[in-house]
Amino acid sequence: MSRLTIHGGRVVDPESGRDEVADLHIGDGRVLAIGPAPDGFAAEARLDAAGQLVIPGLVDLAARLREPGATRKGGIIPEARAAAGGGVTTLLQPPDTSPVTDTPSVVELIHSRAQSADGARVRPLGALTQGLAGERLAEMAALRDAGCPAMADGGRPVTNGLVLRRALEYAATFSLPVVLTPEDPDLAAGGHVHDGETATRLGLPSQPAATETAALARILAIAEESGTPVHLGRLSTARGVEMVAAAQQARLPVTADVAIHQLLFTEHDCAGYDTRAHVRPPLRSSADRDRLRRGVADGTLQAVCSDHQPHDPDAKDCPFADSEPGISGVDTLLALTLRLVDEGLLSVPEAIRRVTAGPARALGLEAGTLAPGAAADVAVVDPRARWRVTPESLRSRGHNTLLTGWDLAGTVTATVVGGRTVHVR
Amino acid sequence: MSVQLDAQGNLRHLLTTEGLPRELLTRILDTAGSFSGVIGKSVKKVPLLRGRTIINLFFEPSTRTRTTFELAAQRLSADVLNIDVASSSTSKGESLLDMLRNLEAMQCDAFVVRHADSGAAEFIARHAAPGVAVVNAGDGRHAHPTQALLDAFTIRHEKGALEPLTIAIVGDILHSRVARSQIHALRGLGAGEIRAIAPRTLQPRGIEQLGVRLYEDMDAGLEGADVVIMLRLQRERMRGALLPSEGEFFSRYGLTEQRLERTHPQAIVMHPGPVNRGVELDPRVADGPRSVILQQVTNGIAVRMAVMSMVLGGQGEAAPASIEEVAG
Amino acid sequence: MSERELDVPPLLERMAAGLTRELERRDGGPPILVGVHTGGVWVAQALHERLRARPPLGTLEVAFYRDDHATSGLKAAVRTSEVPFTVDGRTVILCDDIIHTGRTARAALNALFDYGRPAAVLLAVLVDRDARELPIQPDVCGECLELAARQRLKLHGPDPLRLTLEEASP
Repeated sequence: MSRLTIHGGRVVDPESGRDEVADLHIGDGRVLAIGPAPDGFAAEARLDAAGQLVIPGLVDLAARLREPGATRKGGIIPEARAAAGGGVTTLLQPPDTSPVTDTPSVVELIHSRAQSADGARVRPLGALTQGLAGERLAEMAALRDAGCPAMADGGRPVTNGLVLRRALEYAATFSLPVVLTPEDPDLAAGGHVHDGETATRLGLPSQPAATETAALARILAIAEESGTPVHLGRLSTARGVEMVAAAQQARLPVTADVAIHQLLFTEHDCAGYDTRAHVRPPLRSSADRDRLRRGVADGTLQAVCSDHQPHDPDAKDCPFADSEPGISGVDTLLALTLRLVDEGLLSVPEAIRRVTAGPARALGLEAGTLAPGAAADVAVVDPRARWRVTPESLRSRGHNTLLTGWDLAGTVTATVVGGRTVHVR
Repeated sequence: MSVQLDAQGNLRHLLTTEGLPRELLTRILDTAGSFSGVIGKSVKKVPLLRGRTIINLFFEPSTRTRTTFELAAQRLSADVLNIDVASSSTSKGESLLDMLRNLEAMQCDAFVVRHADSGAAEFIARHAAPGVAVVNAGDGRHAHPTQALLDAFTIRHEKGALEPLTIAIVGDILHSRVARSQIHALRGLGAGEIRAIAPRTLQPRGIEQLGVRLYEDMDAGLEGADVVIMLRLQRERMRGALLPSEGEFFSRYGLTEQRLERTHPQAIVMHPGPVNRGVELDPRVADGPRSVILQQVTNGIAVRMAVMSMVLGGQGEAAPASIEEVAG
Repeated sequence: MSERELDVPPLLERMAAGLTRELERRDGGPPILVGVHTGGVWVAQALHERLRARPPLGTLEVAFYRDDHATSGLKAAVRTSEVPFTVDGRTVILCDDIIHTGRTARAALNALFDYGRPAAVLLAVLVDRDARELPIQPDVCGECLELAARQRLKLHGPDPLRLTLEEASP
């Protein structure tokens, strides 16, 4: 594999605490050295990164590529490439594919498609239960062997407490972390938006914050007994952040993430029945958003993800309640994360950590660092280069974003996955 | 920004009563007053919308509302086409937009839309061809503007100016598009005080922010009210966890002659219909001297004539500053 | 912009005389007066006194009968028609302030016929301004004027009745 030097950039690797202008040398798909080239190293290729950030490639804990299943909305190849264009080098696809990712053959299918994509690494999350039906345990050991780094409920919560307890215990047997979605389906029933002023004004069926917190309390109680590392995906409430913080303080092996759009938008963005703001969990109050932001700042929430859900136009071009939830996010995750720096919420290294080492450690992935010896997954970013979000500027097939027309700072100029340059701008 | 008003502030569509300027609300009611005169003639019809086609597009069955819209359109001499999507054999794959395009291809001038989804009428209005007007005949829990306007018309007719009035809206506020539209319309017209009376399971979160006083005790909420509007309670809602039983609801929130004594002696009683007798209203109250429920139905035709004639007027060149000028 | 005022009472007198002659010639029984909102109602009131007509006055709102609704919409203040008597078999004097294109008179005739079938209808106007677009002519008028398009004739009322002629600078 080719030898590459990324020259003269500001290398920010939060995990090693590195933040300096230096050369990054890559060979055999791995980071060889930062600073002077190792003895005998002769680069075959050179990327000039002067004035730019050189950071670990992003690790996105929730990106639905729509394959297998709804390929009219996306597809492994276009979306993995879009992710790479957005600086993402590893993404985890939830198991709610069609068919559900509950057998090694589905995992193999995803892997083989991803290999020909020449984009971000695609890591399928295995289904916690067969068919995600919440009844019988999936073959977790086989799924792990096929390459699933963790098991997940895929946004379809296990409602039976006994099944959940057994699933967590069984996963722990194979040292598999479990990603769970805190949502009480009964409290969520039919509620497309937060139970607040906007829902009342628009007359949309709503769901209360307790949809999340009631489920969260139950998960934490069961997880505490089983001792299984649990990662809570896509928090949306202030109280949820408090509960996770309390659990972490009690030394429970609990981590959590938030979708980037939850840090920027609120229920008010649903005004005028804007179906682009239809997400699950719903955008909540500004108090919730503020607490989520503080949770990211104080580290209660280790990871920020895109919660990428590309859609075809029909999915959003209908009345709100009929529209499908989700935002297309891989293109904009990095730029929006850097926006949190501009807004004074986080330092550059802390912001980078939330989308690299933070998510990688939460699921025990070997990714998200530029330490010598690590896989050479790198993003080179011009933090000042602005770009406008338009259907044309998005690489994802899904153009369903609330950001259309926004000017974002932070352009990914190159993405390297395993030493291969998969994206250059 | 508003979809329903054009640049000159004229009504292009009627989707919601929220945000309608007071002059416009008043103008709709005044125009409806003129149409009441039409209904009283021997020929109960005017040629205003002759040659125009109005499609009643009902995705939710409602004989009563559809009939009054149909009658209103006919009295304006429009051609009316009724499409009941709920009962038609619409293939499942056809999207709302497809259906809209197909109907527009029939050269219609207006859609009167009822749909179970909040925001459906606004969606249709946003996607309708230029020059095609949309009148919301009820969308989900969101709005039912013509009902609210006919209620306001009835109140103004019975009680005069709205400023000094205390108006109590009772029952299933949570699921009620009628209540939401009434609140916006009555506030827009300057009503004195609007009260919402409901058990907590039927209160929408933050309803006070729309400008109402919330009461859980009906007796307290009725104290001194000039107008009592009873909302319809969907029977299927009473079987769930929202309310234990019809009987318990009636005992706490049903309007009886005894409870009516707490209101102003000349208070009127309204209901958008159809009434669940013995659930929302004691039959003696529904048929009693204070009830204006049948007047509401009659007024509904005039109000719908006014709305249709307004949304279907003046879509050509910019309207002249004064119609009087071109008269002669 | 220049403005001059026309004296109204002589016009009304001329109309009353013309109507009296016309009614005598026809011998159709006591007439009923119907004014077209708004100026026509004022004219009808004035004639009502002068002709000493007994039945109450009718008023017509023709907004719902106009042919320009699709382009111009409904005017802001729509009034109510009131025809508190039967028109069947009667002679109706339809009063308006100004006849110009003839479209209002057309609308008024349609409106009137929704109340019944009069024996005869006489059209009486204060001013007959030229530029007719329909084959409708008044039976009686107070004054005939040939005016340019930029000239605006307007009746103000009800008390006193003032007729102004405004001319926009060419």
